[in-house]
Amino acid sequence: MHNENQPLIFELSKDGRVGYSLPELDVQDFDLAELLPEGYVRENEAELPEVSELDIMRHYTALSRRNHGVDSGFYPLGSCTMKYNPKINENVARMSGFANVHPLQDESTVQGAMELLYELQTSLVEITGMDEVTLQPAAGAHGEWTALMMIRAFHEANGEGHRNKVIVPDSAHGTNPASAAVAGFETITVKSNENGLVDLEDLRRVVGEDTAALMLTNPNTLGLFEENILEMADIIHSVGGKVYYDGANLNAVMSKARPGDMGFDCVHLNLHKTFTGPHGGGGPGSGPVGVKADLIPFLPKPVLVKLEDGTFHFDYNRPQSIGRVKPYYGNFGINVRAYTYIRTMGPDGLKAVTEYAVLNANYMMRRLEPYFDLPYNRHCKHEFVLSGRRQKKLGVRTLDIAKRLLDFGYHPPTIYFPLNVEEGMMIEPTETESKETLDAFCDALIQIAKETEENPSIVQEAPHTTVISRLDETRAARQPVLRYQKEEALV
Amino acid sequence: MKHRYLPMTEQDKNEMLSTIGVESIDELFADIPEKVRFNGLYNIKEAKSESALLKELSQLATKNKNTESNVSFLGAGIYNHYKPIIVDHVISRSEFYTAYTPYQPEISQGELQAIFEFQTMIAELTGMDLANSSMYDGGTSLAEAGMLAAGHTRRKKILVSDAIHPEYRDVVTTYAYGQSIEIVNVPTKDGVTDIEALKGLIDDQTAAVMVQYPNFFGQIEDIKTIGEIAHEAKGLFVVSSNPLALGVLTPPGKLGADITVGDAQVFGIPESFGGPYCGYFATTTKLMRKVPGRLVGETVDQEGRRGYVLTLQAREQHIRREKATSNICSNQALLALAASVAMTALGKQGVQEMAKQNIVKTRYAKNAFEAAGFTVPFQGAHFNEIVVKTNQSVTELNKKLIEKGIIGGFDLGRVYPELENHALIAVTELRTKEEIDQLVAEMGAYNA
Repeated sequence: MHNENQPLIFELSKDGRVGYSLPELDVQDFDLAELLPEGYVRENEAELPEVSELDIMRHYTALSRRNHGVDSGFYPLGSCTMKYNPKINENVARMSGFANVHPLQDESTVQGAMELLYELQTSLVEITGMDEVTLQPAAGAHGEWTALMMIRAFHEANGEGHRNKVIVPDSAHGTNPASAAVAGFETITVKSNENGLVDLEDLRRVVGEDTAALMLTNPNTLGLFEENILEMADIIHSVGGKVYYDGANLNAVMSKARPGDMGFDCVHLNLHKTFTGPHGGGGPGSGPVGVKADLIPFLPKPVLVKLEDGTFHFDYNRPQSIGRVKPYYGNFGINVRAYTYIRTMGPDGLKAVTEYAVLNANYMMRRLEPYFDLPYNRHCKHEFVLSGRRQKKLGVRTLDIAKRLLDFGYHPPTIYFPLNVEEGMMIEPTETESKETLDAFCDALIQIAKETEENPSIVQEAPHTTVISRLDETRAARQPVLRYQKEEALV
Repeated sequence: MKHRYLPMTEQDKNEMLSTIGVESIDELFADIPEKVRFNGLYNIKEAKSESALLKELSQLATKNKNTESNVSFLGAGIYNHYKPIIVDHVISRSEFYTAYTPYQPEISQGELQAIFEFQTMIAELTGMDLANSSMYDGGTSLAEAGMLAAGHTRRKKILVSDAIHPEYRDVVTTYAYGQSIEIVNVPTKDGVTDIEALKGLIDDQTAAVMVQYPNFFGQIEDIKTIGEIAHEAKGLFVVSSNPLALGVLTPPGKLGADITVGDAQVFGIPESFGGPYCGYFATTTKLMRKVPGRLVGETVDQEGRRGYVLTLQAREQHIRREKATSNICSNQALLALAASVAMTALGKQGVQEMAKQNIVKTRYAKNAFEAAGFTVPFQGAHFNEIVVKTNQSVTELNKKLIEKGIIGGFDLGRVYPELENHALIAVTELRTKEEIDQLVAEMGAYNA
């Protein structure tokens, strides 16, 4: 990697350079002042850069070299399922008949795209054990909110609009309570017990006639399977609530347990995680929602259906629908990739995915257990959480360990999450990594544990090999600079 | 099983099981209660080899009429524009597309800097103080603007112009229901927001006034006047805007907008049957700490070198949980990168030239339709869309046009009953004089 500052594209700009090739204007030209109302012709030009095509390629190539992706190296970011992103997905999504199709074309001209979506819906119904799936939500959090809006509509339709509480475990992802709030619910937190699972007594204590739903990730964010899931579902159902499955961790249970068989009423999936979206540097995602029969009337509009004549149709005649949650029909390009992946793996492949994801996580957990605290010592699923308590006593924080891992060429695990583990490190290897990679990563962490005892400053001062060192985040927040401005403009 | 994505050998597996201290992988799943265990295999289609799957999916793709081999006049929020070739080359670099949210800035400077540049370009085009790192799309971004406005003003009513994209309005309505916000529709007159009606509807409970610029019918709204009306009532002024048009139109930030949102699909992003696109969210410094989603900020490292980080995270769901300003987590980073590359390629001159071509070619089409005897009901200034009255169903007309290789305009009667038999025709810089002439001739033939 290079150590010099990478100029901003604006700093490379020179008046008069161009990087575009627009069609010739072949109709009569006009002065804009003739065509636009007074005061509506832009006076000050937008300061976009003026650079050549090669300038652009060099700039972004340089930026890409300052970025770590799954193809660059191991990326065991817990809860994010950073598995290999198959290249065939990219080719299929770029086929002209998928990429260059307008969402408002007449249905008769887009039957191939609709068929693909229908096949994906059908596959996800089987994988989740639900009765119907919508592909409209754009991402996981969007799916959470969509499902909660459906639960709200369900209760209101039953004359139970007073149900305004959503129960969330203390180990839940932050989007769960945030989505509940956006859907107009209040959140109640339920505690975990000493085994890292939801405390059933506490759950019984917090439920009541105001319970709208329980949101649960299973396996939970500690990577542990909630063994009492049926009992939990009973507790919620017995007071009239719905049970919601956060599918962030579906990679742990494919072909082993389906949300629909565990008592869940609805589920969202993160197609950019389990189904190789890819992650895109933060998005786009796709967050389909699956529901049991009694929630079907509330699905967002339109609902993709197959007609008796075998053609596909977007059904808008859904009087109880919560409405539209996104323009058009969801992140189609990501859905194409997910479908391609499912067809690449097939039934045997998806089963093997989960088995190897879980094997890999347990193997790493056992290799690392002697060197770090393992707060919950039992078989994990696709990920596990270590605690850096022991290292903290020696003056080395989990943040330092994460930064030291950068020197070995790895993306660190998710850190300080879930919130119920002190100095947590959440490690998710995924099934696409080889034993050699897992071993090398474990060796690096073990070396860091030894450095913590023998030479802690090398860890505390890490990273040593990256293009920049630790950044001043306090300054970034106190004196926010969120955009470039030309020097002369900064007076 | 052997699979190219699964590297474990039998030997690896056995060594690993031995380290774990179990006999079989099944033992690792023993904590799943018998009653909920799924035994067997999913009932889904069998896997296919790479070549066989490519063939099958390519046949499925061929069933669709695409905008590359046909001539498209369909817009209505998503447009068939010039996409600089380099966009796809840049976003195909797997250092970008196989990374996730830049939680570790030391090894994510590429993504962070690219987003910082995106934020700058959107702020420049919209004339706003700042922009975030992207939203799902223009529709959800508009809904988030509504929630921000309601939270900021502590008011529970939003006035929404009927000339906003109907699907955007639907999304705003769904979100508003969750937040118990009342949506009041503001009617249009002559294809633009009816300003007198707006004055009658606004009151001291109005959190925001929302309009689209250029609006759904392609018309240029008088946003300066509408913004003044919103501000007189102490509401926020929210503008949904096509950022390409802002290459030549006075930007909302100079005309009183408090929040400008929209979709950057116009910059290098394919139509892709509805997504993924690239919502943007731009606002004033005053509202900076209430912005939804990720923000990238500039700072320095321990040696004083310039670098970029995710910042002002106290707004976000992973810190604030139920008190966050929004539940958004994943965004559209890869599409923001695509849009950045396209905006960079167009640059200061190209964005103006392209925007102007849209206006001028649409003007040519308007003149051609009128010369052929069509009525163009809305005569105000337009960007790249016009409404054309036909004497039969637009949907039926489009079925005939596709046989000639033309993807016709949006059937406005689908969402505006009063505009039955009216087509919304989009003319971008990609449409040639010849293609426009052909459209007018074919529509004229069917109209006769």
